[in-house]
Amino acid sequence: MTTQSQHAPKMATPLEPVMQFDPNAKVPFAKWVQKHLFTSLWQSLMTLVVAALLLRFAWFVLKWGVIDAVFYTPDPDVCRAAAGACWAVIVEKHRPMLFGLYPYDEHWRLVIMMVVYLSTIVASLMPKLWNFKILIPLWILSVTSIGILMFGGVLGLVYVPTSEWGGLPLTMILFSGTVLIGMPVAVVLALGRRSPMPVARGVSVVFIEALRGVPLITILFVAVNVFPLFLPAGVEVNKLLRITVGIAIFFACYQAEVIRGGLQAIPTGQYEAAASLNMSYWQTTRKIILPQALRISLPAITNHIIAAMKNTSFVIIIGLFDILTATTAVMQDPLWRRYYIEAYLFVAAVYLFFGYALSLYARQVEKWINSGRI
Amino acid sequence: MTHIDGSDQRGAKPRQTLSTLLYSKSFRTAVTQVVMAAVVIFIGLFLYQNVVENLRAQNIATGFGFLEQTSQFDIGEKMITYSARDSYGRAFVVGLLNTLSVSAAGIFLATLIGFTVGISRISSNWLLSKVATGYVEIVRNIPVILQVIFWSVLLRNLPNARNAVEVYGVGFLTNRGLTFAVPATHPIHSTMGIALVAGIVLAILGSIWARRHRESTGTYVNMLWPSIGLVIGLPVLAWLFGGAPTAISYPVQKGFNFQGGVTISPEFTALLIGIALYASGFIAEIVRAGLQATPKGQIEAARSMGFRPWFVTRYVVLPQALRVIVPPLTSQYVSLIKNSSIAVVVGYPDLVNIGNTVMNQTGQAVEAIAVMMLVYLTISLITSTFMNFYNRLVAIKER
Amino acid sequence: MNKDFKLKTALCAIGLATLGSAGFADSGDTLASVKERGEVLCGVHPARHGFAAPNSKGHWDGFEVDYCHAIAAAVFGDADKVRFVALSSQQRFPAIQSGEVDVLVRNVTATLGRDTALGLNFAPPIFYTGTGFLVHADSGVKTVEDLDGATICVAPGSTTERNVAQIFATRGMDYTPVVIENNKQLVDAYVTGRCDALTKDKAALPGVRAYDTENPAEHVLLPGIFSKEPLAAAVRQGDDQWYDLVKWVTYATFNAEELGVTSENAGDMKSSDNVDIQSLLGVTGDYGSKLGVSEDWAYNVITQVGNYAEIYARHFGPGSPVELDRDLNTLWVDGGLLYGFPIK
Repeated sequence: MTTQSQHAPKMATPLEPVMQFDPNAKVPFAKWVQKHLFTSLWQSLMTLVVAALLLRFAWFVLKWGVIDAVFYTPDPDVCRAAAGACWAVIVEKHRPMLFGLYPYDEHWRLVIMMVVYLSTIVASLMPKLWNFKILIPLWILSVTSIGILMFGGVLGLVYVPTSEWGGLPLTMILFSGTVLIGMPVAVVLALGRRSPMPVARGVSVVFIEALRGVPLITILFVAVNVFPLFLPAGVEVNKLLRITVGIAIFFACYQAEVIRGGLQAIPTGQYEAAASLNMSYWQTTRKIILPQALRISLPAITNHIIAAMKNTSFVIIIGLFDILTATTAVMQDPLWRRYYIEAYLFVAAVYLFFGYALSLYARQVEKWINSGRI
Repeated sequence: MTHIDGSDQRGAKPRQTLSTLLYSKSFRTAVTQVVMAAVVIFIGLFLYQNVVENLRAQNIATGFGFLEQTSQFDIGEKMITYSARDSYGRAFVVGLLNTLSVSAAGIFLATLIGFTVGISRISSNWLLSKVATGYVEIVRNIPVILQVIFWSVLLRNLPNARNAVEVYGVGFLTNRGLTFAVPATHPIHSTMGIALVAGIVLAILGSIWARRHRESTGTYVNMLWPSIGLVIGLPVLAWLFGGAPTAISYPVQKGFNFQGGVTISPEFTALLIGIALYASGFIAEIVRAGLQATPKGQIEAARSMGFRPWFVTRYVVLPQALRVIVPPLTSQYVSLIKNSSIAVVVGYPDLVNIGNTVMNQTGQAVEAIAVMMLVYLTISLITSTFMNFYNRLVAIKER
Repeated sequence: MNKDFKLKTALCAIGLATLGSAGFADSGDTLASVKERGEVLCGVHPARHGFAAPNSKGHWDGFEVDYCHAIAAAVFGDADKVRFVALSSQQRFPAIQSGEVDVLVRNVTATLGRDTALGLNFAPPIFYTGTGFLVHADSGVKTVEDLDGATICVAPGSTTERNVAQIFATRGMDYTPVVIENNKQLVDAYVTGRCDALTKDKAALPGVRAYDTENPAEHVLLPGIFSKEPLAAAVRQGDDQWYDLVKWVTYATFNAEELGVTSENAGDMKSSDNVDIQSLLGVTGDYGSKLGVSEDWAYNVITQVGNYAEIYARHFGPGSPVELDRDLNTLWVDGGLLYGFPIK
């Protein structure tokens, strides 16, 4: 309220009814409030109850998380004395939480790796750069440099075996490995399930349904404990690779069903038109059917990609040091143990951030599709 | 869709040479399939051969004979009697029952929260719908395993048994779980259980009769109150007949733990809250989509015919919404059951956790994992059979 | 040629090539593949202070870690040519069975069941211990008999899990197990008071008390040892040469202590008149080549890692955070169980 409006009624009382309608910025808001919050007695009551609870919660969060919180101290006793949150635990322990078991002196490599990784992803998400002449060299370049940074062993970098990889970079590698390996497998499985050939159909159906019927954990158990027994004596496949492929195949089975939905939505006319142009099965699939099917199922595909990111956290069960495992390990420190809420909130925030970014992007892509831009 | 491949049109002339044969579509399809089948069989045999070879070379025990051996380990939570003298097979059963009980509780809780939040999502109250949206976004986007670990650490950091928090005078909340008073065991309880089942069966029969009656005569009989009366009334009657026992078993702190009452372990609770909240986010979205599936015009039409709002919901909105809701809801239930397998990180003795122990004690990883996978596959198959049955039941019947 | 047929053949070829390119090695000959690789793959406990745990700089440190170093010293003459693979209790046996590690020095109790059904061979035990219980001091528990009705935290798949069932059954007592795979979560459950007692090998408990509790004085180890837990290195069955090497590296550390050969005096001892010392240090005899390694294998083990007493003192001796009496782990001449077979 400005001074003017405070004085206005005193100066000109007859104008009061006009004043109610005059501030045109306020009336729509008041109307809106009335329409959306206070339509009836029952609605008003509910609004008040929800608002009260919300305010109470917000105050608690503010008091615990900001006012009474300790943001930086290397001394856990300072946190013990405080009534609020101890964000210092994240400052103090961010390196083991974010980088896991990776050799301490080499953490700078992981920082560069994450920058390379994130910029590659961001670049590949821009429709302007959707051109194989740009994307393929870009990916070759970034995968090679990520490999060099993670493994080392060349250019004077210390060799770091995959068993020592950890933290957020490991989560990122598991996630992109899952999507990169899983998507092609999903397409093959979906086409197999829609194939006119009974054998291909049978194999795909059994494969998809069997893997969708079991929990991810059992697939990870197989990848870690049983798969080596399936190989001829002496053949070894790196454990991280086995796990990534395991998660990827699980992901592919769900994704295949989504893509199949897209395939089913393609009108028969499209197939017939392609056939009349004398196109082969693969030509039809690659040029006509798949692009449309993928476009139709895109919202569901992105949902499963976001789910794949969350699913990487299952590796805690088989002891891989992703960001969640690393955090539970850090929380073992007796001096900082009591600040587990802060630490887990931090990890949750990391997942929420990436998940939210991905879903925002997915919404954007849907808009582009609807407006015919891609 | 068998005419996708049009490339065989080139060999149009019906000459039976080798090249026509090679270009003939049916021949090529057949060959491709034979090759595919051969490759699949070859890979299968190759893997099987390797397993047999590797296990034999390293002298690792094989076969399912271990299921009858004595397990020699104890299990903390069990619904049937079990001790270290029982077999591995029985240990698996204990694990399966634990999986089923946490899943059943999880499904109940997730459905309850999911429907509440889903309905709030489409509420005309802006504040409520925004709060519901925020809830959905948060629980859906945090990995379920992180949620379960969070709850388990949180419950573990509750006060210990000596500093127990008393809950409304009937229970205690400690890091050993929630202990609360229950009616002392009495023989009439089993009769009450039977009465409850009988009440449910009678209520269902009653509603079927009411529907038949409505369809044949057109008169509407409200079976809601009689149903509620049957389901609640019969057990109460049984209780009265049994002498209305009111003895209650109160938890009393004795030794290390509470004696008397019923205790829900923190492992069970953490797992339950974690998987149920996670699933509730997805269920809320399913419910929202389902409720929005009924066109507004139909509701308005029903209202204009003078039906009461409750009647409109029951006979116009719900049947159409359920048709949309039930299939994805069932698959959410299945994924909740599968998510319960993360019990192993918090130490709740579910199927996978027990299987994990068995795998370590016997070293027979292949067999132990096979048992776990088969059980989950069976659960999934039963559920999808049920879903297909339901879909057929509610499918739009063209007349 | 048919286009999709070609494509499928190509896919198959790629698939097989990926499998094949993972590298072939003869599993029957672990020693040769270790030499070819240039390092020993040693399976260790992820965090058992005193036995195996990464220190603050991320380097592995511990009693069992030193035995991994000793094997590397015997094979390569360089104790650092070893890579450590941290294994949970669930992963340890599949890891050794599948060849992911060459040797398992990971608090494994040698038992008949594991020796046979798991396809393992056990080297001589390097540490004798038994089931122990750690309890909260303020609980007033003084002996294991006081634990009737208690909640006990125990790791799954361990011999301890079976021992605790037996210990309580033979005493006619009741207990509730809380079984958590993840060691950190398990210890956390005990420390927060979810369990009344934590049970593990007794030798592991001082490490938990020293490193994982806020105030070690609030926790007590119950007196007595309740089972036999001989901890030994394990290798795959069916490879006698590798088994022999691991076995004799273990004996060499026992014999070195018995003969008074230490990392400091080993160089001087080479000129000793004692035939036993001479054959141990590779001055006489061709015992090294019989094992498939260089003649100074034991010399390298002793100079680079030490004899048993030195290794023990480094991790469990006075002044170390996890102080443990040598107890049964003394030489047979001192009334203990360590009895190195003669190197002759």
